[in-house]
Amino acid sequence: MTKRLLEVADLTKGFVTRGADGRIAQLKALRGVSFTLDRGETLGIVGESGSGKSTLARSVVRLIEPDGGSIRFDGTDARRLSGRERSQFNRRVQMVFQDPYSSLNPRMTVRAALAEAIGVHRLRPPAAVDGRIAELLDLVQLPQEAAERYPRDFSGGQRQRIGIARALAVEPDCLIADEIVSALDLSIQAQIINLLLELQARLDLAILFISHDLRIVRHISHRVGVMYLGEIVETGGAEQVFADPRHPYTQALIAAAPTLDPGRRGRQEAVHGELPSPIDLPAGCSFASRCVHVMERCLTMPPALLSVDRTRAARCYLTENAAPPALREKSP
Amino acid sequence: MTVDTVDRRPNRLQPPLIFGTAILTLMLITALLPQFVAPYDPTRFDYHATLAPPSLAHLFGTDMYGRDILSRILWATRIDLQIAVFSTVGPVIVGTLIGTLVGYYGGFADIVLNRLVDVVVTFPFLVLVIGIIAILGPGLTNLYIAIGLVDWVFFARLARAEILVQRRLDYAHAARGLGYGPARIIFRHLLPNAIGPIITYWMTDMALAILLGSSLGYLGLGAQPPLAEWGALIADGKNFMATAWWITVFPGIAIVVAGFGFSLAGDGVADLLRRRE
Amino acid sequence: MTENLLEVHGLRTEYRSDGRRFTAVDGIDFTVGPGEILGLVGESGSGKSATLRSILGLIKPPGRVEGRILWRGRDIHGLAPSALQRVRGAEIAMIFQDPMTALNPVLTVGQQIRESLAAHTDLSASDRQRRAIELLDLVGIPAAASRLDDYPYQFSGGIRQRAMIAIALAAKPALLLADEPTTALDVTIQDQIIKLIQRLAAELRMSVILVTHDLGVVAESCDRVAVMYAGRIVETAPVATLFRSPRHAYTLGLLQSMPVGRSPRTPLPFIPGAPPRPGDSLNGCAFAARCAFVGDECRHGRPETRHVGLDHMTLCRRAEALPAALEPA
Repeated sequence: MTKRLLEVADLTKGFVTRGADGRIAQLKALRGVSFTLDRGETLGIVGESGSGKSTLARSVVRLIEPDGGSIRFDGTDARRLSGRERSQFNRRVQMVFQDPYSSLNPRMTVRAALAEAIGVHRLRPPAAVDGRIAELLDLVQLPQEAAERYPRDFSGGQRQRIGIARALAVEPDCLIADEIVSALDLSIQAQIINLLLELQARLDLAILFISHDLRIVRHISHRVGVMYLGEIVETGGAEQVFADPRHPYTQALIAAAPTLDPGRRGRQEAVHGELPSPIDLPAGCSFASRCVHVMERCLTMPPALLSVDRTRAARCYLTENAAPPALREKSP
Repeated sequence: MTVDTVDRRPNRLQPPLIFGTAILTLMLITALLPQFVAPYDPTRFDYHATLAPPSLAHLFGTDMYGRDILSRILWATRIDLQIAVFSTVGPVIVGTLIGTLVGYYGGFADIVLNRLVDVVVTFPFLVLVIGIIAILGPGLTNLYIAIGLVDWVFFARLARAEILVQRRLDYAHAARGLGYGPARIIFRHLLPNAIGPIITYWMTDMALAILLGSSLGYLGLGAQPPLAEWGALIADGKNFMATAWWITVFPGIAIVVAGFGFSLAGDGVADLLRRRE
Repeated sequence: MTENLLEVHGLRTEYRSDGRRFTAVDGIDFTVGPGEILGLVGESGSGKSATLRSILGLIKPPGRVEGRILWRGRDIHGLAPSALQRVRGAEIAMIFQDPMTALNPVLTVGQQIRESLAAHTDLSASDRQRRAIELLDLVGIPAAASRLDDYPYQFSGGIRQRAMIAIALAAKPALLLADEPTTALDVTIQDQIIKLIQRLAAELRMSVILVTHDLGVVAESCDRVAVMYAGRIVETAPVATLFRSPRHAYTLGLLQSMPVGRSPRTPLPFIPGAPPRPGDSLNGCAFAARCAFVGDECRHGRPETRHVGLDHMTLCRRAEALPAALEPA
């Protein structure tokens, strides 16, 4: 068993939409996104709305068909799978959703939902299903009597636990967590983060953790990718990237994220301006319009993802003096 | 940690549902056992009491042959309830099924269904049904067929819209992500969540079917004599309106009460389903 | 010490639903000084939004508001609608979480600002036009004059929130009530809006009550903080004091559960359980069931306000048992 589980390369996806002038236009949600994910590893994807991070999540689990690029899962090309193999892929890569209210079928008890997931993939003989459900409830720290209840009987945090239990019911290797704590209150967020850390340690899960909240991504991830307008603009070890960000957007994002330090009240705003329209992208670097370090060539030619060191890369000319791109590492 | 129970409002039965189901239950009993409820044989002629006004002996009066109006109305319940159920049950099943599949799969079938809906909606419903009966010939069976041919479209439209909404919710995405097949997603997940408005509309539709059945009965295109049917009863009295109003008025009231019962029950069911969410 | 602009005493707000009464705000007191930014922080259902709505007189029967709401020393609670109208909108303005639904979609932004100016000032039509441009400029909308004739849907979320603030500023309010104004926005835009509100408060000497669930937003923008839990203000303090040495177990729990300054991938301290729901009957401290510092005295009687430092109030009876200061994050 190799350690490398998921290898995504050059993923692109466009949506047809209407521009401000009413003309039909192409919205480029993903513009060549590449990353790898190992077993037992958490890759955090951080970005604001319009960065394409949710499209990325849905493309990886094939809820959305990407336009181009490849998704290799455990050595096979996931985009070519069909029939039984596709169903197996779906089982092994599970998504947990943002909204704990709409992501559960309101007319099914917890037991029914879990039993269905176990049953469809024939993961346990019928006699052992109840035992497995008890196990799953333990795993996500819900009381056993929860099994007979309906989603409406639970609070947001508990529903999110049910969503996680349902994903785990099919014994996945990989979780795609799309903003799973964003809808929750602060004191509940910490509970779910802890649960995710614990589950990962116990089940050796690979986790793609997608969030707009830097503080949480920094805490939970081994490595991170920072997305801006459909591209990964910086990637590297979580601590490195957050302690010493190289891309001006990453720097702005970190400066803008509220800390608990009242001493920062007097500072200036972290970055001016707003996101350019994703249907009318600038010719050069997509961050150029807001960047304080902008140079002439930034406006005409988009920079490639340039290596900062062996594990880090940033899509910025400021990092140019470093080695050539080495983002896509060869799998062993 | 315990399961916090979200404030679950006691599922108190609301007045509309109580009244509605009470009316429908009484109608059902009458329809099943009219011989025990009706004071007279509805077909018995009594030439000593023709066109008798309401009295203690004949609460709703008698018609030109001396038949007891109350008894005829009660017996007619059986026919009208039959019309309500038989002419709609087919459209509900077929329409829901088609609408559900079209809503889930979309594509060319969706375009066809939408155009069909446009066509059917443009025609007045009654005229369309009369047209079909004109081809098939009068009678109850043909009435069911005629209504069914048109009515399913409305259920298909409703089911399609509901499935479109449900299909976009995350639990539907989760089901796909768990590798469930389309049949399971459609019938076990989406449909049970989409069925509420369909059932509610069905109740209203049954009231409409009774109205339609009565209209056609009045025109002589529905139930054929000697069957007693509310619309036909009204037609019986149309020549005596000035002298014996009770022949037309009481069957009319029966239609109103039945319609009321169905709409109240429909509202009540809708309310109940909303509260269960 | 200057006189307070707003003083709220014993505010109690009840909603009625399905024949049952829910206490959203359960007897709170607080003040807002001139030019001060007060953060009202709490989780969903803590009563922070209901507090704002009560101040503005937006609670309609069968909802009920009790207590005194002193505006420049005058009780505005229970004022006739016309008298209240002169205060609301003119002296107190409000902005909302979702500017898309708070703005009228069929009117241009310029029309909406001019409408507000017409209602609250004596400016002539041409002055209103000029002032509208000034206001858009003031809230940092680039090329303000050219955006006046745009409709809200033509704006991005951040610009919409700025436009919303411009409309609120039209009447030169002395107090701005901001209900989660940045929750729907992205981090970089949230930062811009917070900085804008701070700048406006300072430049216009305008007071602000900033309602938020994000302690980070409070730390970075407010002068004073009131923490709400289950309908009560459990702790009030100057922002520096609160973030250094919280004196309520709930505040402490919230601060500790933030993933800030923790070693990566270690379990975060968390508050077990979930807050009580409106309508739950409580005996003793509302937080007792989830509290790590709970003592016997916490389980009975209604907690009373205690002064634990300069301008620092808490309801916590175990304040002395809490750690003296938090490690700086």
